Amino acid sequence: MSLAAEVLGNGRALLGKAGSFTLFTLRMLRVTPRALLRPSLVIAQVFNTGALSLVIIMLSGLFVGMVLALQGYDLLQRFGSTESLGTATGLAILKELGPVVTALLFAGRAGTSLTSEIGLMAATDQLAAMEMMAVDPIRRVCAPRFIGGFISMPLLAAIFGMIGIFGAQLVGVTLMGVDSGQFWSQMRGAVALKDVTEGILKSIVFGFACSAIAVYEGYHAVPTAEGVGRATTRTVVTSSVAVLVIDYMLTAVLL
Amino acid sequence: MTGPATAAPSPGAADAVVSLEGVSYAVGGRSIFDRLDIGIERGKVTAIMGPSGTGKTTLLRLITGQIRADAGRIQVDGTDVGTLDNDGLYRLRRGMGMLFQNGALLTDLDVYENVAFPLREHTNLPESLVARIVLMKLHAVGLRGAARLLPGELSGGMARRVALARAIVMDPKLLIYDEPFAGLDPIALGVVLRLIRDTNDALGITSIVVSHDVHEISALADRAYLLSGGRVVAAGTPAQLNADASPIVRQFMGGLPDGPVAFQYPAPDYAAQLLGAEVPR
Repeated sequence: MSLAAEVLGNGRALLGKAGSFTLFTLRMLRVTPRALLRPSLVIAQVFNTGALSLVIIMLSGLFVGMVLALQGYDLLQRFGSTESLGTATGLAILKELGPVVTALLFAGRAGTSLTSEIGLMAATDQLAAMEMMAVDPIRRVCAPRFIGGFISMPLLAAIFGMIGIFGAQLVGVTLMGVDSGQFWSQMRGAVALKDVTEGILKSIVFGFACSAIAVYEGYHAVPTAEGVGRATTRTVVTSSVAVLVIDYMLTAVLL
Repeated sequence: MTGPATAAPSPGAADAVVSLEGVSYAVGGRSIFDRLDIGIERGKVTAIMGPSGTGKTTLLRLITGQIRADAGRIQVDGTDVGTLDNDGLYRLRRGMGMLFQNGALLTDLDVYENVAFPLREHTNLPESLVARIVLMKLHAVGLRGAARLLPGELSGGMARRVALARAIVMDPKLLIYDEPFAGLDPIALGVVLRLIRDTNDALGITSIVVSHDVHEISALADRAYLLSGGRVVAAGTPAQLNADASPIVRQFMGGLPDGPVAFQYPAPDYAAQLLGAEVPR
């Protein structure tokens, strides 16, 4: 096959997949209000995707904040402006690293578990059994998981940001000796509400994308052990790329 | 069945709950069914038999509307399945129960919650009533004591009995069994056999059993269809099928390794392939 034909074929497959994903997401959104009538199912998924991801998010947030302060301190020291460390770390974490790193971790921790769970349900005929019991699996299985992930992701990003700033303060102020007053007052002075809302908006969009991709891949997994494995991998890869691409576009629009 | 009766029952099958008329279905260019005609009588246990790969499970999927036929008409209780949209299919399926080969129990719910699942999804019954119905159905399959076990803790036979309790919890008019005897020990097999018969007669429902276990079907079914090559090759009571002289029926009912259904999957010439030492492509 010539390169052009291959590129064309891949492009067509990609377009087909994008179309199928859009249709699936719309179908899921249509049944979302009915899924919300069963809050217990949604709360269980907030727990699964959110509460169970807390440890990894908090640990990562702490270390990302700490390393950011170390690097930031080293950089700012060259210009003699280490007192700006609070501003630098605060902006970086709230606008960029908080939502993005949380979304990447979310895809790896919660997204994969959503995909493999739904994929295994399909492989063991559980989804087909639901259809036979006149229960729409998209409403009963997919929608609550999607909503749960959508709710969890911004909350996790907020916690990540908080712990990250704490980590930055820990290294910057306690370890490297930046003045505590300078650190906090410069951060308060430079970080505007707009910066915080930018981060929140990003984490909401990432939550939507990561949850929808994870649920889509699980629902469309080839119902075999290998198929579910591949779907899980696709969830991580697609979500990660999607997060980074969306991040660039959102940043370009919001700046 | 709750679906609206849109058409008259098929001619010659006045009391047919399910009727297939001239149904054709192909996958990837390979014909699975070619103008298939089948009628499932009300109140009876009807068996669909045939060698592996004849599309028995596909037939069930056609009847339940999980897939659509390329040609022909499938009616369930007077409703043309092919014309129903998603909501219509769900309405139709509320009157059906289906038992999957492996039970297809929801693995994160225990036995009790699995049986209660359709009730919780479709009704607003108070918890005390749900409990009574679930316990009655579990008692009917002999597993009232296993209510709090998880599907992973059940044997194959028990899982199928739980699935049967779940299938009858909404009091369906039509029960469909996909290979209910596969992989069961003799005791579990006897239990399932008796349960299918008793459920059918006690609840006054219609049962379709897909299986290739000749011995069990002979003991259970009121009527049997033998499928091969996408068509019905024999139909009648199990006794009639046992007495049938045609080669394909003889081969299937007698369990003979070779006959019209060849032992060898189509392949190139044996000697030529061995001598040429060709690696199969």
